[in-house]
Amino acid sequence: MGEMDQIEDGRPTDAAPSALETMVVHLQHLLGDAVSSADISGGQIILRTTSPALITLLTSLRDDVVASFNQLTDLTAVDYPDRPERFEMVYQLLSMKNNMRLRILMPVDEGQTAPSVVGLFNSANWAEREVWDMFGIFFAGHPDLRRLLTDYGFEGHPLRKDFPLTGHVEVRYDDTLRRVVNEPVSLVQEFRDFDFLSPWEGMQGQIDAGSADKVGKGE
Amino acid sequence: MAEMQIKPITMNFGPQHPAAHGVLRLVLEMDGEVIERADPHVGLLHRGTEKLIEHKTYLQALPYFDRLDYVSPMNQEHAWALSIEKALGITVPRRAQYIRVLYCEIGRILNHIMNLTTFAIDVGAMTPLLWGFEEREQLMGFYERACGARLHAAYFRPGGVHQDLPDGLLDEISQWAAKFPSFIDDLEMLLTDNRIFKQRTVDIGVISEEDALDFGMTGPCLRASGVAWDLRKTQPYDVYPEMEFDVPIGKTGDCYARYLVRVEEMRQSLRIIDQCIANMPEGPVLAENNKVTPPKRGEMKNSMEALIHHFKLYTEGFHVPEGESYTAVEAPKGEFGVYVVADGSNRPYRCKIRAPGFYFMAAVDHLSRGHMLADSVAIIGSLDVVFGEIDR
Repeated sequence: MGEMDQIEDGRPTDAAPSALETMVVHLQHLLGDAVSSADISGGQIILRTTSPALITLLTSLRDDVVASFNQLTDLTAVDYPDRPERFEMVYQLLSMKNNMRLRILMPVDEGQTAPSVVGLFNSANWAEREVWDMFGIFFAGHPDLRRLLTDYGFEGHPLRKDFPLTGHVEVRYDDTLRRVVNEPVSLVQEFRDFDFLSPWEGMQGQIDAGSADKVGKGE
Repeated sequence: MAEMQIKPITMNFGPQHPAAHGVLRLVLEMDGEVIERADPHVGLLHRGTEKLIEHKTYLQALPYFDRLDYVSPMNQEHAWALSIEKALGITVPRRAQYIRVLYCEIGRILNHIMNLTTFAIDVGAMTPLLWGFEEREQLMGFYERACGARLHAAYFRPGGVHQDLPDGLLDEISQWAAKFPSFIDDLEMLLTDNRIFKQRTVDIGVISEEDALDFGMTGPCLRASGVAWDLRKTQPYDVYPEMEFDVPIGKTGDCYARYLVRVEEMRQSLRIIDQCIANMPEGPVLAENNKVTPPKRGEMKNSMEALIHHFKLYTEGFHVPEGESYTAVEAPKGEFGVYVVADGSNRPYRCKIRAPGFYFMAAVDHLSRGHMLADSVAIIGSLDVVFGEIDR
């Protein structure tokens, strides 16, 4: 698996690397303390920030004449239960002028609120509702923060890592009550979540350990 | 005289309504016949695709992409395959790239026939649907010939496509492509200058360039508002840079412009199909890296190593190095993106699917305010929404 472990970071897929590097320098100058780190990976710019700085950061990215990241393509979250700050918000921005993509990563802890960006980009409206539904991250200042994809009266946040794949309730039509009823999930056998990594893992572990200094993780 | 405030009527549209293009529940606040607020309730087709993908290997996750926008399945597999190839650094053989582009454009035509004809039936024209589905049937036949399935193809794989095209299929596609322009002409004859069709669509659901960008619209809906943005041109993938085609742009951003853009896109797709068939190179259709692609059947009969590779690939799968990536393709509906967080194991840690229709649906409220009830049907029809991808 040696040849597969090589990631070519910063490969020019969207724009020439020089243009990207120039943009990163420009952004660091423009944004100052609002960004805690800026890199290039996979032909896209990656910025890390914190929730108090998010709104200023997005406003400058959108309104700056050179950068002009004019579209918020997507917005989502990732759950990392082991991290001190559990969730990471991910904002994907697109600058049509420069033909560049930019990703903003922002940690948010469980119970902490994230600032809503609906005022800046309307596309965040449903995307934030979905994140609220799926992860339970509350967005301060969202005009209409309701659940979006799950059923009426649903409890829990399905995309959290501690939410079981099978869910907690199942529905069926009850003939006597003449309506659909929610019941706790009862499986005839345990859900089979195979651990494919097991039998030959020992060998692979040794190979990885041997080449770890050469490959380097997430460089 | 004291002014009277009449409470708006709340009307329920769907979840089972033929013009809702699936399972959409639209709660409309009406002032007489005029829509004051539209509140789409989506999620009735939510199957937890992203959660399921977290529990599957990278290869097992691929068929879920067919089931998102089930009108153009292969275009979405393309995004998934490209994102894995990017992470693993695999180069795809030329023939496979050509086949993929060919099938992506077939998918685009499949999608646009579906959308245009059902849109027409929503606003009262029945014939285009009957004619269009005949063509779709043939296209799905081409899907079936290539991969054995008419709808849920699972044909594009990381490293290429699953199997080579059968003999004679390219000639058949070519024959079909020669005849297809006459269908588009017939379709246009029925709709483009049709007085009733224009009355139902012109100046309905207008969205300006700025608003379209603000609402995250992509694809034909964005281009109908006058933004020249097509990922096949601006951020090309596979062999799109070698293809010659034009990107049609609308001027008015209304339902009629979205219709016109799609009609022209079908003609442009035909150009790409012709070029693919004319320049189709010979050679392998899958990268020869047996850690990621299966070995040939024949090899497995003689080679122990091939057998092991096959077994390992279809049980454990392959490992994607730690890292995250966002890959987007120009699906028929717009930008279809996949954000994958890999943790170095054989399963994605998180997979977020960016469906174009999701953002169209979010804009329905903005588009339909102040229009008549019947116009909401035209607006939904012209946006090209499929609930498989919106609800995921």
